[in-house]
Amino acid sequence: MNLADGQSTIEVNGVALEMEVRGSGKPVLFLHPEIGLDRAGPALDLLAQHARVIAPLAPAYGKPEVPGSFNTIDDIAYLYLDLLDALDLREVSVVGLGIGGWIAAAIAVKNAQRLKRLVLVDAFGVKHGDRETRDIFDMYFVTDADLQKVLYVDEQLVARDVGKLPEDELYAIARAREATARYGWRPYMHDPKLKGRLHRIKIPTLVLWGEEDRIVAPDYGRAYAAAIPSARFATVARAGHFPHVEQPQEFARQVLAFIEGKEA
Amino acid sequence: MRVFHFTEQPYSPAWKDHNGTLRITIPNKRQDPALAADLYHRYYDEWQLADEIGFDIMVNEHHSTATCMAATVIVTLSILARITKKARLLVLGYPLAHRPDPVRAAEELATIDVVSRGRLNMGFVKGVPSEFAPSNANPVAVEERFWESLDLILKAMTSHDGPFNWESENFHYRQVNIWPRPFQQPHPPVWSTTGSKHNAQRLGERGYTMATLGTGYNTRPLYDAYRESYRAKFHREPPPDRFAYLGLMAVGTTEAEARRRGELVADYLRTLPLTPAAFRNPPGYASVQDNVRMIQSAGRPPIRSLTKDGRAINMMTGSVQDLIDAGIMFCGTPDQVYDQITDFASSCGGMGNLLSMSHAGFMSHDDTVENLSLFAKEVLPRLKEYRQPNEAAAAAE
Repeated sequence: MNLADGQSTIEVNGVALEMEVRGSGKPVLFLHPEIGLDRAGPALDLLAQHARVIAPLAPAYGKPEVPGSFNTIDDIAYLYLDLLDALDLREVSVVGLGIGGWIAAAIAVKNAQRLKRLVLVDAFGVKHGDRETRDIFDMYFVTDADLQKVLYVDEQLVARDVGKLPEDELYAIARAREATARYGWRPYMHDPKLKGRLHRIKIPTLVLWGEEDRIVAPDYGRAYAAAIPSARFATVARAGHFPHVEQPQEFARQVLAFIEGKEA
Repeated sequence: MRVFHFTEQPYSPAWKDHNGTLRITIPNKRQDPALAADLYHRYYDEWQLADEIGFDIMVNEHHSTATCMAATVIVTLSILARITKKARLLVLGYPLAHRPDPVRAAEELATIDVVSRGRLNMGFVKGVPSEFAPSNANPVAVEERFWESLDLILKAMTSHDGPFNWESENFHYRQVNIWPRPFQQPHPPVWSTTGSKHNAQRLGERGYTMATLGTGYNTRPLYDAYRESYRAKFHREPPPDRFAYLGLMAVGTTEAEARRRGELVADYLRTLPLTPAAFRNPPGYASVQDNVRMIQSAGRPPIRSLTKDGRAINMMTGSVQDLIDAGIMFCGTPDQVYDQITDFASSCGGMGNLLSMSHAGFMSHDDTVENLSLFAKEVLPRLKEYRQPNEAAAAAE
């Protein structure tokens, strides 16, 4: 199976998967965060200048039809493993952000044969603290306006009137909010089994974090990296939970340097 | 027409100095257990009185709130099953979204039906949005789980030949065999609530009793949606007892006395907004389209109710007169209240069950007793004789 550039839908194991494909070079599987896939933002294009970026839209984030009983992160991880098989991709670097980072880790503990490098950016998926410590900010029981203040450092982004966005963007936001809850409501944004399996990840891994992430703090990322023997931890300055939105240049620079093996 | 006495069993002492929240976040140090005990006893006494003077009874549950002390309605029903004699016991509703174990629910409800010697009406609801916080149930796909849960409860209640198997995506049992089985055959009547035509049609297809709240003179289109799907399925008119309406109730020997009680009962509606905004819209509960509208309007648009002459009012802020005009509250002398109720029922094309919130907020025991007694003496006998607009349907039942 071949992939067309731009927007397309391909069928993988009976699931219609919406895709965005850009650039040329070594394959990068880009796994979008819980706010969905931002096709217009700079991050995808910056990565596509040096790599072939393959960015699927996880089921339930796009078209309202959700395949069968899709309701766990593992459902998505196995679907993406099937995708890599269907496309016969090799030496793939997987870059996952937020919930996409959780999916990326879930893929890497299962089967890394087709993977070369792994980048987890402000990723969910594990719980480090004790039962009375909430590691992950409760993104659902907060008003939209307050959530913006927690998500972003950039004052313009915080002050942005989301209600004034074009209607198709609002539909994407509303779908993404529901889709994320489908997969991550309980246990909240983590799989209690995942942490004990992270040792299986042997490929070089970068755990990259917004220095001012208030959804999952940098210490959460440090503990994540410590649980993966082949991982190192780095931060992006002046960024909250979404460095690819707030510092796209620096985000792309660090990601590309790592997947190209150029970093110190 | 049957009339059900309803109170939410509020812990009204905490309604003072509430700082904008009566739900989810209000600390329970605001409750004095000794005062709570007095209130519980009082509310059970009032339900017992209601039973003795001809009312049926409605109960419900809510969580993490000073507006309703029933955190599990099974406790309320258990007590009432033993201390009342004649009244139908309507739970509206039993929030299935927050009950992960439908077989346990079937056991509880069947037990209450037996102890009450067949007086239970089982009203099932999904659960209100804010209470996905205390229950932590996933609000996504709640609709699907609701209907499956109901199917399982009814199968458990109607299977009498030993264990059966139920293994689905949502529920896993291999040996379902409930004891006791329900008193009523094949099972206690099923009720539910709705605010949408889509759901009204779904209830009509199954012939369940449908209740609405706060719909005022917008009620008719919902009832008609039910009637249409009921006729398509059963090839006859639904009897009036398939329709229920929750109204606030304030009667008095004089209009002035009734208005004074009306102000007290209206506090139920006026405290509805006192849920912190952060908890009002869990993901997946409202549709994607409704969520887009909410983002555009920066919050939930105010609920509008229509008066008989088509004027929109907000029931949370409206005056007692507004509430009377919209059929949200029935308030006045016994003659006035009788006229308001029958006028409303006829505007709906027939309505067989009045769910009467005869106590709310700070209404005292004496006021509540008087509100109930006067209604039972002067209004209830006439409502029991009331001929529904579609008597043919009533006779066919």
